[in-house]
Amino acid sequence: MVSPILELSNINKSFGHVQANKDINLQINKATIHGIIGENGAGKSTLMSIVYGFYQADSGTISIHGNKLNLKSPRDSIENGIGMVHQHFMLVENFSVLENIILGFEGEFIFGKKLEEAKEKLSKLCDIYKLNIDLNSIISDLSVGFRQRVEILKALYRGAEVLILDEPTGVLTPQEVDELFKILRSLKEEGKTIVLITHKLNEIMSLTSEVTVMRQGTVVGHKKTQSTNKEELAEMMVGRSVLLRIKKNESKKGEIIFKVKNLQVKDDLGVLRVKNVNFEIHEGEILGLAGVTGNGQTELLEALSGIRKIESGEIQIFNQTVSDQNNFLNPKDLKEKGLAHVPEDRQRMGLITDFKAHENLIFGYHHQPPFSRSSVLIEDKILDYSQKVMQDYDVRPQAPELITSNFSGGNQQKIILSRELNKNPKILLVGQPTRGVDIGAIEFIHQRLIDMRDKGVAILLVSVELEEVLSLSDRIVVMFDGKIVGEKNNQGVTDREIGLLMAGIS
Amino acid sequence: MEFISDIVSLLSATLRISTPLIFAAMAGLFAERSGVIDFGLEGKMLAAAFVAATGSYFLGSPWFGLLLAIVACVSLSLLHGFASVTHKGDQVVSCVAINILMIGLTTALAAAWFGQEGLTPTLNDEQRFFEITLPFADALRPVPIIGTIYSEIISGHYIFVYIAYTLVPIVYWIVFKTSFGLRLRAVGENPSAVDTAGIGVYSMRYKALMINGVLVAFAGAYLSTAINANFFREMSAGRGYLALAALIFGKWHPKTALLACLLFGFTDALQIRLQGVELPIIGVIPVQFIQALPYILTVILLAGFVGKAIAPRAIGQPYIKEG
Amino acid sequence: MPTLIDKSKVPWWVSNVIVPLVNLMLALFVSGLFIFIAGENPIQAVKLIIYGSFGYIEGFAYTLYYTTNFIFTGLAFAVAFHCRLFNIGGEGQAYLGGLGVFLVAINFSFLPVPIVWLLAILGSVLFGALWALIPAYLQAYRGSHVVITTIMFNFIASALMVFLLVDVIRDTNQMGPQTVSVPKELWFPMFRDITQLFGIKTRYSPLNISFFLAILASFLVWFLIWRTKWGYEMRAVGHNTKAAVYAGISPKRNIIIAMLVSGALAGMLGVNEILGVHHRVIVNFPAGYGFTGIAVALMGRNHPIGIFLGAFLFGILYQGGSEVTFDMPNISRYMFVAVQGVIILFSGALENLFRPQIESFFVKRLNKESSV
Repeated sequence: MVSPILELSNINKSFGHVQANKDINLQINKATIHGIIGENGAGKSTLMSIVYGFYQADSGTISIHGNKLNLKSPRDSIENGIGMVHQHFMLVENFSVLENIILGFEGEFIFGKKLEEAKEKLSKLCDIYKLNIDLNSIISDLSVGFRQRVEILKALYRGAEVLILDEPTGVLTPQEVDELFKILRSLKEEGKTIVLITHKLNEIMSLTSEVTVMRQGTVVGHKKTQSTNKEELAEMMVGRSVLLRIKKNESKKGEIIFKVKNLQVKDDLGVLRVKNVNFEIHEGEILGLAGVTGNGQTELLEALSGIRKIESGEIQIFNQTVSDQNNFLNPKDLKEKGLAHVPEDRQRMGLITDFKAHENLIFGYHHQPPFSRSSVLIEDKILDYSQKVMQDYDVRPQAPELITSNFSGGNQQKIILSRELNKNPKILLVGQPTRGVDIGAIEFIHQRLIDMRDKGVAILLVSVELEEVLSLSDRIVVMFDGKIVGEKNNQGVTDREIGLLMAGIS
Repeated sequence: MEFISDIVSLLSATLRISTPLIFAAMAGLFAERSGVIDFGLEGKMLAAAFVAATGSYFLGSPWFGLLLAIVACVSLSLLHGFASVTHKGDQVVSCVAINILMIGLTTALAAAWFGQEGLTPTLNDEQRFFEITLPFADALRPVPIIGTIYSEIISGHYIFVYIAYTLVPIVYWIVFKTSFGLRLRAVGENPSAVDTAGIGVYSMRYKALMINGVLVAFAGAYLSTAINANFFREMSAGRGYLALAALIFGKWHPKTALLACLLFGFTDALQIRLQGVELPIIGVIPVQFIQALPYILTVILLAGFVGKAIAPRAIGQPYIKEG
Repeated sequence: MPTLIDKSKVPWWVSNVIVPLVNLMLALFVSGLFIFIAGENPIQAVKLIIYGSFGYIEGFAYTLYYTTNFIFTGLAFAVAFHCRLFNIGGEGQAYLGGLGVFLVAINFSFLPVPIVWLLAILGSVLFGALWALIPAYLQAYRGSHVVITTIMFNFIASALMVFLLVDVIRDTNQMGPQTVSVPKELWFPMFRDITQLFGIKTRYSPLNISFFLAILASFLVWFLIWRTKWGYEMRAVGHNTKAAVYAGISPKRNIIIAMLVSGALAGMLGVNEILGVHHRVIVNFPAGYGFTGIAVALMGRNHPIGIFLGAFLFGILYQGGSEVTFDMPNISRYMFVAVQGVIILFSGALENLFRPQIESFFVKRLNKESSV
């Protein structure tokens, strides 16, 4: 007989004028895997952060085993057997696994006896759940998959009975995902309760027994996983039926206009992250670059756009070498050559969030006419232009004088997109174009990219969303450990095939 | 023989001069390891020097002066915390404010209370710390080398000097061998990790700042109640900045920071000995250049080696919760 | 905790006028407490300050003379700060700037006066900028924090100038370390000379035509920061270095440019002091004006108009302050250095102390009005 271990009733939470959670009621049964699914910004993570004591609810109650809890900090939740694996790992990178796990639960002021006990307890836990972790390794030396295991081990060490995982698969290869799911199932067998937050329908279907769907801060439905299907869940998530793949015509491929030869790139720490990469893009073609985060895509994009120096190899535009290890064009020069770049990280790289919208709409093009003449900015021209572009791209609110941080993620992305597309580039590099963007804006952005392709632009699309790569690209290359490990024409290719390549298994 | 006695007094002076730098650098270490920038060492040192001298003058014991200096510096550290931790203000601005405030306030209050701008009355022997002759120092003096080192270099300093050199291993031990140290380092690297472990980020930073205040108070009190017998205007003379440079140069590690402090101390000691001395080939170096040596050295050290020093990752950033 | 509000609904004058004013009031209140601790009556002090700075024409001229200096050093700090650089080396840069003025005036005195003036201003700009160049280079290329290096360069400047004044360019007819004075025809026209043109006789005050130079500099700084691509790029680097690199803007280049402009502005203080007041280089003539620039700029939110107001306020405090120190034996001029510290604290580090409360108060109030 199943009984609820965790019960939420009438949870409300707002951040300023945004209500993140509205009258949430939820029951989670013991020793089950319970899925919570919803789009970006549906309020899933906020809700679970409340359960974990990281945020405090404005109203409502949380009870565990029928006892009402008063959660003031994560410590209260931990003591009541709630553990959480955050989307961004909460690990100190230059600490060892052991140091990270005991942090806050050392049990003694001077390290000694308790530390030895902790080691013993941890190796036992590792054995039971086959986690295979060396306690002395330093976090920064571990792969993402292992870091996640450290997080799970940390929660178990602290005595978690309910384990919440927030989007745990976003950074994993399909094979690592399988490993994770194995661990989660064995946790369930041992009587632990798992709450899985995700926006991926496949995960819900393959792992959970019950699922709760959230939309815009409210719970829109509970289902037994057995008695529902992907289409129904998708419709509940979005509030209308969704087109999973965008309509597009066959591409009219022209000649090769962008070519990368034997490219090698190092990261800031001097580690080689891009290894002997070769590819080319034709006029009027979208080349999708698939891969799990952290396999060199970021460094590749930065090198191609002139932000990062290249170690060796060359980059050619219209058969003319623009960069090699000796000569190096910076982003400004590359723009002159017709290359535009929508960066992966819009907040940290694509925009200056403290600038006004109109200042961001000319960012990187500010030195060109009509925006400036002999180094003097022409305010009227800039404002006129901004008005027009914001209307064109439906940026809301249409206020060029507003500080950019006041725009939503989707509108910020539109500001970048309009800036980079408007100068009629020949080559477009796009990184994670729809990360953290609402559904409506996603469709808009995808449509614009297809339009650019149809105008003859050569597009490189880098995305960790396999779905996005599959739906937009004409051709797909897969990157693993800095290398291109496969190339597929996007006709009849399955996500399983690409997934294997992404995991480095060819 | 004169050469040897020169060396001996140079080394002895190095130990003496490095002492306030060591206190300040260790103070800075706690703040910066917790993720809070501390350019304010200079101002706090001044505050401590002024309060210690004034307190000792009125209360008749340098220990009372030291105690009051600790209270003053801890308050200033808490003010820095209030601005930059609680209210997420700019940490560098907060430090600059404290430094300028203290230059002004110490000088102005000296004028108001003692009638002389930036000068406190000279302390008598009762109101001042005295130099300690270590046991057997006289007996061991005739022993070659060891005796000279012990009696001439190690013995005969103020108690602060001995506290400072004992402090370094203690700081090392706290930072690397205790749970407090683990949390301290964690909060300067990844405050979210500390927060999700149920430990308050703010409270850790405030604790670090309080320790910071206590330690830097020793540096200031040493200046005005030990090696000098009064407070005078801007008597810290950039030592707070030198200590911070030593901390950075020492890569935020107690042992290497100590070495950097000793290097500064040695340069300063050398600087004093070089004044007016005729050097071969070069001749007499103008005194102003010699006086500027520690400052020039600071610039060179920061330029040459520190470009790649890795600071605590979260330093300078206010902690904002992200779900 | 006050409820968070929609930032885009906050009127500009609330964030840019009301909040800074409240912060300033708080700072002045705390400063009053200091005067009380020093054993004097703060209200009496305020009366003296107002009388000293406004009460008679020479007093007001003195106020504007101090304002001139604070405009230069305030602008200097602000320009660097737009690029997120803490140039606290204004003191040393001003010192060297004065040397530049002097060297030009002495060596080119055979040229027509207006040309020497122009060259002297150029000299101050050049020397001030050069003194900022090494810290700038070290920040841009070696990552040495500009706060430490500029402070060190203040100490080094002080040693260098004493050396020069004692051993190299000292007026050997004088006992103290100071230079000969520049030829009299090169001295800037004084406020007294100008009033005399209108038939008004006034006593000496150090106010001179450098004041107009400061106003001109303010306008040029505004234009540079908000109307040229250089200013745009400096601000971009200051707000977000990574984004600047993405847009093809070189952080290193802009760090150097911002520091050079900053040093140049600080150096211009030398024009006021050498051509306007002392007519020679004397020991420590920048007298802390460089540091005051920090408070001025932070109070003025790094905008030339704000800086003018901040500089004027400090002009009042300095000039009125000398009245206070004259009448109140317990108050030293360093009390006004402490006031600077308090203003930096409240206008800079604690600027958000009451911002959320004030902003939400006004937003609610305005919403209510518009819904009625």
